[in-house]
Amino acid sequence: MTDGPQALVIEAPLVKPKVGREDWVMRAGLAVIGVYLLVAVVFPLYTILSKSFQDSRGLFVGLDNYAEYFATPALFYSINNSLTISVVSMVITVGLAFGYAYGLTRSCMPGKGVFKAIALIPILAPSLLPAISLRYLFGAQGMIKGLLMGETIYGPIGIVIGEVFWTFPHALLIIFTALSLSDARLYEAAEALGASKLRTFFTVTLPGAKYGLISACFVVFTLVITDFGVPKVIGGGYNVLAVDIYKQVVGQQNFQMGAVVGLVLLAPALLAFVADRMIQGKQVALLSARAVPYEPRPDRRFDLAMLAFCGTVAFIIIGILGVAQFAALVKFWPYNLSLALDSYQFDLMDGGSWGAFWNSLKLAAWTAVIGTAVIFTGAYLVEKSKGFERGRGLIQLMCMIPLAVPGIVLGLAYIFFFNAVGNPLGFIYHTLIILVLCTVTHFYTVSHLTAVTALKQMDAEFEAVSSSLKVPFYRTFIRVTVPVCMPAILDISIYLFVNAMTTVSAVIFLYSADTQLASVAVLNMDDAGDTAPAAAMGMMIVYTSATVRLLHFLLTRGIARRTQAWRKR
Amino acid sequence: MDEARAPYLKVENVTKKFGDFTAIKDICLEVFESEFVCFLGPSGCGKTTLLRAIAGLDIQTSGRIEQAGRDISNLPPTERDFGIVFQSYALFPNLTVFKNVAYGLENRKTSKADITARVNELLQLVGMPDQGPKYPAQLSGGEQQRVALARALATSPGLLLLDEPLSALDAKVRLRLRHEIKELQHKLGVTTIMVTHDQEEALTMADRIVVMNKGVIDQVGTPLEIYRRPASPFVADFIGAMNFLSAVAGGDGTVRIHGMELSAIEGADGLDEGAAVTLCLRPEDIVTRGVESGAPNAFEATVADLEFLGSFYRASLTAKGVENTRFQADFSVNLVRDLGIEAGKSLTVAFPADRIRVFAGT
Ligand SMILES: Nc1ncnc2c1ncn2[C@@H]1O[C@H](COP(=O)(O)OP(=O)(O)OP(=O)(O)O)[C@@H](O)[C@H]1O
Ligand SMILES: [Mg+2]
Repeated sequence: MTDGPQALVIEAPLVKPKVGREDWVMRAGLAVIGVYLLVAVVFPLYTILSKSFQDSRGLFVGLDNYAEYFATPALFYSINNSLTISVVSMVITVGLAFGYAYGLTRSCMPGKGVFKAIALIPILAPSLLPAISLRYLFGAQGMIKGLLMGETIYGPIGIVIGEVFWTFPHALLIIFTALSLSDARLYEAAEALGASKLRTFFTVTLPGAKYGLISACFVVFTLVITDFGVPKVIGGGYNVLAVDIYKQVVGQQNFQMGAVVGLVLLAPALLAFVADRMIQGKQVALLSARAVPYEPRPDRRFDLAMLAFCGTVAFIIIGILGVAQFAALVKFWPYNLSLALDSYQFDLMDGGSWGAFWNSLKLAAWTAVIGTAVIFTGAYLVEKSKGFERGRGLIQLMCMIPLAVPGIVLGLAYIFFFNAVGNPLGFIYHTLIILVLCTVTHFYTVSHLTAVTALKQMDAEFEAVSSSLKVPFYRTFIRVTVPVCMPAILDISIYLFVNAMTTVSAVIFLYSADTQLASVAVLNMDDAGDTAPAAAMGMMIVYTSATVRLLHFLLTRGIARRTQAWRKR
Repeated sequence: MDEARAPYLKVENVTKKFGDFTAIKDICLEVFESEFVCFLGPSGCGKTTLLRAIAGLDIQTSGRIEQAGRDISNLPPTERDFGIVFQSYALFPNLTVFKNVAYGLENRKTSKADITARVNELLQLVGMPDQGPKYPAQLSGGEQQRVALARALATSPGLLLLDEPLSALDAKVRLRLRHEIKELQHKLGVTTIMVTHDQEEALTMADRIVVMNKGVIDQVGTPLEIYRRPASPFVADFIGAMNFLSAVAGGDGTVRIHGMELSAIEGADGLDEGAAVTLCLRPEDIVTRGVESGAPNAFEATVADLEFLGSFYRASLTAKGVENTRFQADFSVNLVRDLGIEAGKSLTVAFPADRIRVFAGT
């Protein structure tokens, strides 16, 4: 307390940290990632946004395109359609997945491992495949079309069934995890208090799985509203946003309107994304307590009921795939049911070729290798570098964007950006490079989050220790970080591989005659009326993904065995 | 300490801010060659912040740091000369103990044979000669800490930094490692700074202790100085047990406490008569054996409560006539037996003048 004149505050001179060689390496790495994300995410999205305000000659027309969009009922009815099928599919999928996960975690039914494996198969298939199966089941000459009681499969019914099949594993994984994490002590407490099974379900099970359920809802909603494969094949005259974009661009060459529909589609996807992020942020705090895993006790009636339910769902999944495989092997449905490999003569079909299959393998392999390297290194630099706060924050934000961008919007944005006159990167247009770039970017966020989770589990002081020992950080990255994170790295690469095999939406605008892809071939052959070969190609994708998954499983187990000396548990 | 020597490490006016929050403020400190210095203070007082500034891991906002005559204020950690051990050990889990210790050596142009010899020497030094092929996960916490220490010492750094190296260990292991680290430090003569919030650890291991509070240094001194002559009520309270009694300055180095006058008290000299003061005295400094009534600073007290604490008793006492002032005294087991001390008994106790500290204010 001084009574004198106001004390003169002299600020000490600030220390300006010297930027060492390693800092430069780190900054250069961050800059590379930043530029990558700008080129692969931000610039294309900006281009599509600006295109939506231009006429066909590239002149600025303000909101004219939007006005036209909303004055065309054929177009804006799609919003309603898209929302309807998304919400309906979401409710059905999450309901079924919850029942299935409940059986897997809360009952003592036999064959849980098999049931879980079966439920995950649809992830390995392009979304076009269930839609093709549905044609064989419920189409004009469908095997069991009587079940529809006169309704047509071409329309909302078909779309919803196809989407439920295709999104089921995504919902199941999330809900399964949420139910597995629940605390046995809560159940013991409920039992001790004399709560009935039903009451326990509503007071313990459901609240515990709440966040998982919400998250599953958002994921399914987003997958459905942005999916293009199912409605393209089985939608009939029922227009949805994702297919509208395709029709505007490929059918009518109206790129501006395509951009407008793309942005309309972006809105709900973005909303679901933001809402999910906010809710998941809350969940973290809830999960921190150490829980005792719940062990179900045998209960004959309940176990049998769950077995019946899961058996039915598994049967339907296998059935839908089986129909596709059957269709591929039958000579000429439904007139000649003898088996033949005619449908595998892809080179003889309109819009398909074995070359497309090999291209897909190439694309998947490159996406897995390059994508994993870029994404993991990027996550490492963002997580472990120091200083440069604002730049890192921006990069982190850019890493999250791809999750909110529908594949078909990203693909369209790539046309606009990379095909623009004067873009020095224009040379990658129509090559495998742009397909790899687009696919890596499309699946960037989930991979990035997997990497970040693994990196966060590493001791925060590894970098400090290695700098004290004068070992450059990149050496420690190679010698310690990568080996320790190997399980996560393999997870990322398999995720990228399978998605590159199955994706249609992101690449549909970007392939060329030389870079035909298997999934695109499925679409084109189906379009051309070669439905059986389309089913055959779809099943080829499934078998390839399944094989790679199996390899991944064996590899992961091998690594786990070899490193169990130093991995705790 | 030989004050004529130039300090090995010089910290001048170091301030570190995180945004608007000042974690440490204007820290000045000198550490001499081969010295073992402890940063001691409650959680959040800025010990780690200061240590990381010295290491260059989180460079200070302003201020200067000099090591071995070289200004290192703005250098990145790779251009400084130190080894560091963290509370988490931060051992590389996928490398064996041998490889962990060799980690810093492999990057220098040292031959394989030399590396092997050096690593074996270090493992010997920390008492783990045969554990080279094991992985960190196969070691106990104490063993992991020794490996971390060996790794930090491998490159023979001029300065060893330890951030709460023992706090993740259980009590027994902690005691043993305290001795081992201290012995090792003595043997190697490496200048060492250790961060701890455990006063016992600091008192037993350090040559000098730096007591920190809320981002500033409260006192620097040998363990004995810190213990005997705490420079502030905070230090007095933080280290050891302490009685705090409100009193009034009486002039001429005396204080009055409820009419009782205590004399010859250090720190009371410059105080105005009648000023409110706080009187500090450790429980173990209160004497009763052989104290006659009428002796200096002696008075009658009643035992209100007696608590057995293993190697001694802690008695709660009240002075006769001033029942609302309680203070505590430590009596040895012998003393309690010899004098038959028990709750309710009256004693004559004395506050030795040379052990009393007085601080202005209450
Ligand atoms: N990176 C940071 N950003 C913001 N505040 C920080 C940061 N690091 C430390 N602080 C704050 O600075 C203060 C001092 O922290 P520091 O880690 O140095 O404490 P400490 O004395 O080591 O405590 P402990 O004994 O708990 O380790 C604390 O209040 C802490 O919250
Ligand atoms: Mg600390």
